Amino acid sequence: MKITQISVFLENRKGRLYDVCSLLGNHGINIRALTIAETESFGVLRIVVDKSDQAIKLLRENQFVANFTDVVAIEVPDKPGGLASILKTLAEHDVNIEYMYGFVEKFSDKALLVMRFEDTDFAQQVLAKQNIHVVTSKEIEGL
Amino acid sequence: MTDVPFWNREVETAERSRIEQIQLERLRQTIGWALKTALYRKRLNQAGINAPDDIKSLGDLRRIPFTTKDDLRVSFPKGHLAVDMGEVLRIHSSSGTTGIPTVIYYCRDDVDHWTDLLARSIVATGAVATDIFQNMMTYGFFTGGLGLHYGAERVGMTVIPIGGGNTKRQIQTMKDFQTTVVHVTPSYLLHIHSKLGEDGIELKDLALRKAFIGAEPHSENTRRKIQDLLHIDAYNSYGLSELNGPGVAFECVCKKDMHLWEDAYIAEIIDPQTGENLKDGQEGELVLTNVVRRATPMLRYRTRDLAFLHPQGCDCGRTHRRLSRILGRTDDMLIINGVNVFPSQIEEKIMKIPEVATNYQIHVDKKGALDRLTVKVEIYPKLFLGEATKLEALKHKIVEELRASITISPAVELHEPGSLPVYEGKAKRVVDERPKD
Repeated sequence: MKITQISVFLENRKGRLYDVCSLLGNHGINIRALTIAETESFGVLRIVVDKSDQAIKLLRENQFVANFTDVVAIEVPDKPGGLASILKTLAEHDVNIEYMYGFVEKFSDKALLVMRFEDTDFAQQVLAKQNIHVVTSKEIEGL
Repeated sequence: MTDVPFWNREVETAERSRIEQIQLERLRQTIGWALKTALYRKRLNQAGINAPDDIKSLGDLRRIPFTTKDDLRVSFPKGHLAVDMGEVLRIHSSSGTTGIPTVIYYCRDDVDHWTDLLARSIVATGAVATDIFQNMMTYGFFTGGLGLHYGAERVGMTVIPIGGGNTKRQIQTMKDFQTTVVHVTPSYLLHIHSKLGEDGIELKDLALRKAFIGAEPHSENTRRKIQDLLHIDAYNSYGLSELNGPGVAFECVCKKDMHLWEDAYIAEIIDPQTGENLKDGQEGELVLTNVVRRATPMLRYRTRDLAFLHPQGCDCGRTHRRLSRILGRTDDMLIINGVNVFPSQIEEKIMKIPEVATNYQIHVDKKGALDRLTVKVEIYPKLFLGEATKLEALKHKIVEELRASITISPAVELHEPGSLPVYEGKAKRVVDERPKD
């Protein structure tokens, strides 16, 4: 199952990341996972939150440039070689990963990762066949 | 002064009356050429000028309307061409205020005249045939490269046609061939100085003695700085492609502003608002008539450069009046490291890119000795798909589009909508933070 990632364009200005985080925080929206794609002159903040519809509405109302992206969150054995084994499977099936990053929390003893695939549907089929647990939006909300 | 070098002493020291006689003869000839062009035929006829003989005195020049850069844009590509293309030996071109360039044609005699003016300019600075001349100006459409190249060859100098940029190679070449004279923009020469020593080549390893500095306005302080840092003599140079290029006016050994070669150019200073002629010593817009170019006659061209003409003569004995430094512009043209850039060119390009919103800002400052141009644009929220790579690609696309138009690569900054200040006028979109020393 796909989950929603929110991307926010951040120009290179002091306090801009703080503006996003405080806006979400003040409205009781919790950030579950976060990464920043940075370039020389701007950044793109990528977040997974508990209430994504509300978050994107709020961001846009406050003049942030924000959009949705479909990503997949999976559980990875939290031990040496845990991620490697999953990446091996994906590589063997020619699944291309555009980027990935980790969650702050986890449900079990397994680590939680966000992955953005070139072809999300195909990637999900491959993951399902390998019995890799794909996290649902509900689970994210309940974290 | 003794030992003042001349290329053509007779012309350069001619009495005022003799200069005016040459001007009148050549103006009449030029009117004959101009009447062959679509651009001038109609406007000359309307002014009652139907033949060269209708010009009775130099005062009649004022009956002719001014020519503007916009006129040349409208007459692009050949509305101002006075000869058959078969006679054209070379084409030069400069940026127009919008996408349409300003093109100038030269036939063999025109190149010859221009080259002679440059030889005259070079010799006036005291440079000689045994000098090693490294021409750091850009070759190609830009007149600064080829113009001085031909002039220096005519003087008999050893010419190194290295062209612009590549600082390491410039310094290495200056050492390898023991370059004695360079032609360069003042900002680039200061940049070169700042890089001396980086690869083990110091000032003492060079043989530099003179620099012709031009293509961008600069102050007396900048000249002094160049002279003190590099232990050389630096000479100011003025020209614009519409009037051939460099060699319109050049400083002599006295270094007290630039002799404007009046046998080739008729200079006027006007009030840019009213168009009224001003007196020597009064600051206004320089208007030039080229009287030695057959392929592209140019009558009363408004340079948009603000300057004045010195009323008195020069210690060197030359009688051609001296043009002051360029004190400003009457339009919003920017000069970025010697390259002319109009904000309208930038606006035209970025407004064609759908991912960019309508607000933008042009920012100019100094990074070291060089100018730095930054174009700040706001992104259009609906086209933000969340991918940083797409935004990077957009940025590169904007840089490429702008480079194709203005020939230099600006830095491009992407901003959030509503973050750039909103202005009503075009000129206010330009923030120029370069120090005015």
